[in-house]
Amino acid sequence: MMSHDRCVFPLELADVCFASGEQRIIEHVSLAIDGPVRTIILGANGAGKSVLMRLMHGLLTPTSGAVRWCGNPERAAAQAMVFQRPIMLRTTVIENVAYGLKLAGIGRDERRARAAAALTKVGLAHIADRPARVLSGGEQQRVALARAWALDPLILFLDEPTASLDPGAALEVERIIGEIAAGGCKIVMTTHNLGQARRLADEVIFLHHGRVAEYAPASVFFALPRSPEAVSFMKGELP
Amino acid sequence: MGTLTDSLYAAIELIAAGEGKLAEIVMLSVRVSFSAVGIAALFGLPLGALLAVGRFPGRQVLLVVINGFMGLPSVVVGLVVYLLLSRAGPLGSLGILFTPTAMIVAQTILIMPLIAALARQIVADAWTEYHEQLRSLGADPWRASLTLLWDTRFSLFTALLAGFGRAAAEVGAVMIVGGNIDGVTRVMTTTIALETSKGDLPLALALGVVLIAIILAVNTIAHVTRRWAIRRYG
Repeated sequence: MMSHDRCVFPLELADVCFASGEQRIIEHVSLAIDGPVRTIILGANGAGKSVLMRLMHGLLTPTSGAVRWCGNPERAAAQAMVFQRPIMLRTTVIENVAYGLKLAGIGRDERRARAAAALTKVGLAHIADRPARVLSGGEQQRVALARAWALDPLILFLDEPTASLDPGAALEVERIIGEIAAGGCKIVMTTHNLGQARRLADEVIFLHHGRVAEYAPASVFFALPRSPEAVSFMKGELP
Repeated sequence: MGTLTDSLYAAIELIAAGEGKLAEIVMLSVRVSFSAVGIAALFGLPLGALLAVGRFPGRQVLLVVINGFMGLPSVVVGLVVYLLLSRAGPLGSLGILFTPTAMIVAQTILIMPLIAALARQIVADAWTEYHEQLRSLGADPWRASLTLLWDTRFSLFTALLAGFGRAAAEVGAVMIVGGNIDGVTRVMTTTIALETSKGDLPLALALGVVLIAIILAVNTIAHVTRRWAIRRYG
């Protein structure tokens, strides 16, 4: 039981399709990702980035095809996700961070300690006892990062985590993501922001109309994109 | 016009004097309706949350029934509970017909659908906002329901007070199953009905004033709590 909980890689998608009603969002995606490099899912709005990420995280079930974590079709536990809009419960900051640990079955004293440690790491220890929902958007996103970090995941998904933040708050979030990655956690993040992708990516999955147009190391992708879609995306000329 | 002002004057005198019989009736009303709200909440809140979060066979039917029963006629509830509790009825052996307990049972049945339906709406709205985050953290539907109930506690409090308002104001069900027995099962609404027909307008009016005051006070508490909660917790 425990061994599967702590095993995520390789995370494989085998001929995965996802459709919502008539609309086909993800079409025949097959790929395998491994830790601990930082993978950026890049693509225009509507390319299917968020849906692909939810399929990887196990929040959505493929219409056809299969997702496997560590060779197992059952959703792995050692993963966490941070959403574009942080979801805060109507309680204090530290209780929000401890909530994920509570669901993971961790005892009261340990979860207080781990939540406090995670808050220190995101620089919010001084507001641990403030109600979470009255914080600024940037602070709430850092609480969400602390909540994910406290779980000590092997893989962290981030869905446009800075899209609704001002530049200062966005940089702070990027710094925290860098630290989480430095601790050995795999990062998978969607963005449509090229600058951010360049700053954070070790490898890039470039998505176009629900298909993987390119999956390459960041240095290769940014220097010499092979697909015409990626070339035009980087020129800012969307087809 | 003279009757109204005279009666009102007499009524205020009754209230000011804190007359024993009046206080007794008011206390019984409050006790019965608060108990009904408590029991209805115990079942209605989890039911509402489960309807909001869960997906199970029969859910649609249950939704229609609960929404339909929000406006259940109180006399019909009274009649059904009467039949169940009457000596020949299936629960006749309990011997609780014409007691405050029977009145609590009737009011509980009356307001449970209202509380469940309001709770379902409140929790469903929160679920729309939270479900991805909660599922990402590994919450099963049962756990998610509890979290959402706690998180929407201030809105749910308002739903409970709506239930209290309906319970305290209804007359049909308590009249039938309580029997309006002097000193035993006489509550504000049944006394108002009886005293008005007997022509004792001051007592009826005094009770009417108290009833409205209680409902206003309860709603003031709800309003103030909500405003405080929004400022405190967002």
